[in-house]
Amino acid sequence: MNHPSIIGASIPRLDGRAKVTGRAIYTDDIKAPGMLFGALLRSPIPHGRIKRIDVSKARALAGVKDVIVGADTPQIKYGNWRLVPASQDELPLAVDKVRFVGDEVAAVAAVSSDIAQRALELIEVEYEELPAIYSVEEATAEGAPLIHEESQGNVSLVRKIEYGDLEEWFAKADLILEDEFKVHAVSHAYLEPCSSLAVPDEGGRVTLYTSTQTPYIVQCLLAHTLGIPENYVRVMKTQVGGGFGGKMELRPWEFSASFMALRTGLPVKFTLNRAEELSYGRRRHPMSIYSKVGFSKDGKLLAKDFQVMLDGGAYNAMGPTATFLCGTFGNMLYNFPAYRYYGRHVYTNKPPASAMRGFGAPQAAFANETQLNLAAEKLGIDPIEIRLINAMQTGDVIPDVATVSSCGFKECLEKVREISGWDAKRQAKTPNKGLGVGCFSFISGGVFNWFDTKYNFSAAEVKVFDDGTAQLASMACDIGQGTDTVLRQILAAELGISIEKIRLIAMDTAATPKADLGSWGSRVTLMNGNAVIQAARKIKDMLVPVLFSQFDLNQIHDVAFEGDEVFVKANPKKRMSFAECVYKALRGRRGEPLSAYGYYTPRDKGLVSPAFSFGAQVAEVSVDEDTGLVTVDQMYTAHDCGVAINKMAVEGQLEGAIQMGLGYTLSEQFVMREGHTLNNTFLDYKMPTAEDMPPSVYAEVETYEPEGPFGAKEAGEGLAIPTAPAIAHGVFEATGFRCRKLPITPERLLRGMGKLR
Amino acid sequence: MAKQLIELIVNGDRYEVAVEPGASLAEVLREELYLTGTKVGCNQGDCGACTVLVDGRSVSSCLTLAVEAHQREVTTIEGLAPSGETLHPLQEAFIEKGAVQCGFCSAGMILAAKALLDRNPAPSPEEIRHGLSGNLCRCTGYVKIVEAIQAASLKLAAGKEAR
Ligand code: FES
Ligand code: FES
Repeated sequence: MNHPSIIGASIPRLDGRAKVTGRAIYTDDIKAPGMLFGALLRSPIPHGRIKRIDVSKARALAGVKDVIVGADTPQIKYGNWRLVPASQDELPLAVDKVRFVGDEVAAVAAVSSDIAQRALELIEVEYEELPAIYSVEEATAEGAPLIHEESQGNVSLVRKIEYGDLEEWFAKADLILEDEFKVHAVSHAYLEPCSSLAVPDEGGRVTLYTSTQTPYIVQCLLAHTLGIPENYVRVMKTQVGGGFGGKMELRPWEFSASFMALRTGLPVKFTLNRAEELSYGRRRHPMSIYSKVGFSKDGKLLAKDFQVMLDGGAYNAMGPTATFLCGTFGNMLYNFPAYRYYGRHVYTNKPPASAMRGFGAPQAAFANETQLNLAAEKLGIDPIEIRLINAMQTGDVIPDVATVSSCGFKECLEKVREISGWDAKRQAKTPNKGLGVGCFSFISGGVFNWFDTKYNFSAAEVKVFDDGTAQLASMACDIGQGTDTVLRQILAAELGISIEKIRLIAMDTAATPKADLGSWGSRVTLMNGNAVIQAARKIKDMLVPVLFSQFDLNQIHDVAFEGDEVFVKANPKKRMSFAECVYKALRGRRGEPLSAYGYYTPRDKGLVSPAFSFGAQVAEVSVDEDTGLVTVDQMYTAHDCGVAINKMAVEGQLEGAIQMGLGYTLSEQFVMREGHTLNNTFLDYKMPTAEDMPPSVYAEVETYEPEGPFGAKEAGEGLAIPTAPAIAHGVFEATGFRCRKLPITPERLLRGMGKLR
Repeated sequence: MAKQLIELIVNGDRYEVAVEPGASLAEVLREELYLTGTKVGCNQGDCGACTVLVDGRSVSSCLTLAVEAHQREVTTIEGLAPSGETLHPLQEAFIEKGAVQCGFCSAGMILAAKALLDRNPAPSPEEIRHGLSGNLCRCTGYVKIVEAIQAASLKLAAGKEAR
C-alpha cells in the first residue's frame, strides 16, 4: 500500500523534550492557591458493617478544613457499565458495609498532608466484622456469606457464548483433553501514583486535574455521583505516568477531592502513596479456568468448552468487560466449529480486580495456549504446526461475533519459527534449555457500548489557519503510549502538512469534542485516528474549490495535499502553498473559520471489535535444576499490527510488554493473608529491572486493515499476552514440568520437578 | 520540632530554606523550591524516580534528608540543560531513541545515567543495565533506555575528542 512517508516513520514523541527536561506537568506537580491536602481513611478489615463513625475529633484538629463520610455524600452508586445499572455497585465512600481491606470510609482535607494524616488517626470507626471470603471457590460454595446482598451467590455477572454443536463435535474427536488452570493477580505498577486535584469553579462547577486514562468517563461518573449536571464537571488530564488499565474508572479520591472542593470552596488534592497503590489498588483478575478441548488426530481443533471464574474482588470495576473478553479470547486465534464459554464474575473480599493490559486475554491465553501445546505433544505434532493447522485467517467469521478483516497470523507463525531457529534448536535439544511458543490476538477497540455513551466513540476537531498551521482537538488520552504523536502523524499525513505545524489540544473535556471513551482496549489509534481522518477530509473539501477556481479546472481533476502544498494531481505545476489555500478559502467564506469535526463509531462490525491484531512469540529459557530459577535467554516475536503508524512507538509497546509479561510469568504476585496485601513495596513486589530483561528480536508482519486509519490496528495490549504461555512452554521443554498455575516460582517449579516436597 | 535553616546549591543557584529535620530532599525540592521535575514513585528508596545528584553522586532524594544536603551541590533534571536551548546528550538521546514513554521514570533514569557516565564514560550494555538496576520503568522494558545511554556515551566521547 502506498501511504504518505510520515506513516510508519519513527517520529520521536512530541512531548519528549518536556519530559526529559522535567518540565512536563503531572497532577501532583500542580499547586493551586489555597490548596488543601486530602487523605483517605480505609477499612482495616476485609468484610464488615460500619456501626458507628465519629469524626468530631478529626474535625476539631487545627488545620483540618473538612471531613466527610459516606453519610455526608449523595450516596449514588457508580460503575463503568452504565448500560447495566445493576452492575454499578460502588460508592465513593462506604455507607454501611466495607468489603475489602482498603475500602474507603472517610476523607479529610487539611492545610498540610501531615495534618490530614494525623486527622485520619482521630477518626473513630466501630465495625461489626463479617465472615470474609478470599477465593472464587469459597465464594460460590453453598451458603457462602454474601458480599453484595443483591448478588446471586456472589456471582455478579455471567457471560455465555455458544455456537456449533459441542456434543457432536466432541464425539467426533480423536483426542479430548480436560485441564484446569489458575492464574494470579498482578499490579499495573504504573510508576506515577494516582493523583487528583479538584478546583472549585463558579456556580457550583468543578475542574478536576487527574491522572486518568478516561477523562470522559470520569467526567460523566463524577457528575453522576455528585448529583450535578455533566457539563458542570471539567476534567483536565495532565501528563499521566502510565496506566495499563489501572486508571480507567472514577476513583474515590476524585470524588472526595471534588466534593470537598465544592464544600470548602478551596482546591483539594489527593496523591496516593505506593503502599496504598500496592495494598488497595486495582489489579489483574485471578482466574480459575477449566478447559476441555477436542482434536482430530491430524491436529484440527474441533470443540472447546471453556469455563472461567474471575476473582473480581469486592466490586465489579471493569470485571464485566474482562469476563466478556476472556470468552472472546478463548476463540479468537483459531477457527473451530464448536465453542462454549461460560464466564462468571465472582465477588471476594479482596481489592477489586479490573482492566489490565490484555483485559482477560492474558489469562485465557495462558490456558488455551498451554492446552494447545499439550495436545500437540499428545498428537505428535510440532507446536507451531498445530497452530498453523488451526490459525485464523483473513475473512474468517466467528459466528455472530466478528469478521476478521485482516490477519497475518500464519505469517507470524512462519516468521517466528524462522527467526527463533525453532526447528534446528528443537532437534538439538540442550539439557535444561527449552523453546516455547505462545500466541495472541487482540481487539482494536471495543464495539460493545457498555458505557452507554450518547456520543460517538471517538471525535476530533480540526482547524486550519492561513499561516499554514492546524489545530487538532481531541479527548484521546496519551498515557505514555504515544497517541498524542500518532494522531498528529495521521493528521499530518491526511492534510499533507508538517507535523510540527500541528498544535494539539487534548484532554480538556470542556474544550475538546464529545467524546472519546479513553485509552483502553487498544482503541485510540484506530478509533480516534479514523475520526481525525474524517475531520481532515472535511477540511480538504473546503480547500479544494480554491484550486478549481484559481486554475480554472475541469471537474474531472483531482487535488493532492503534500509537503505543505496543494496541487493538481495531473498537473503538479498548478500548485499553491497550504497557507495560501487556507487564506483564499477564508476570504471566500467571508471570514468564517475553517474547522471541521470527525467522528468514529464502529458500525456493522459484529459485537467485539472492528479489527484484530495477531502475533506469535517464542521464548528461549534455561532452568537451573538445583535452584529452580528460570532465565529467559532470548525472546522472539513476530506480530501483525496492520500498518504501524509510528514504528518506534510500536517497538516501545513490544519491549514494555515483554517486561510486564516476564514479571507476570515469573516474579510478580501479591502475597495476601486474610485480605491483607503483605508485599506493598517495590522491594517486595518484584517487577523486572533492566538487569532481568532478556534480549529480544522481532519482526513485523505487515497487513493492511481496511477499517483502520492508513491500515493500522492495535499494538498496545496484544503483545502483553503471549509471554506467559511461551515461557511456561519453554520451561516444560527444559524440565518436563507443565505449569498450570502462575507464577512459575522456583518453589513451584522444584515441586513440579519432584525435587521439593 | 523546630525547623532548621539550610543552604542548598541547586543547579548552581543558592537557596536558603527552613525545613523540618525529617523532611526529605525530594519533598523540599518539589514542595519548597517547586522543582517538580524530580518525581516520587515510591518514597521508599525502591524505584529511582527521585534520583538526583548530590556533589555528583546519584542519590534517592526521597531517602535523603534535606538537612544532609546542606551546603552541597544538588543537580536535578531541571539543571541538566539550564538554558532550555541545548539539551544534554543524554536528554537528546532519550528523545531520539524513544527511551521516554510516560516519562515518569525519565528524570531519575537520566540522572542515574549521568552519574554512571561520569564514573565510566564507555560502559557496556551490561554495565548500563547494572547501573540502572535501582531505577524501575514500567513502560519501555528498558531496551531503548539502554540504547539511548550508549548513544549518549558515544556522543560525549566524540565531543571530548573534538576538544
Ligand atoms: S521515589 Fe525515591 S526511590 Fe522511589
Ligand atoms: S517511561 Fe513510564 S515508567 Fe519509564
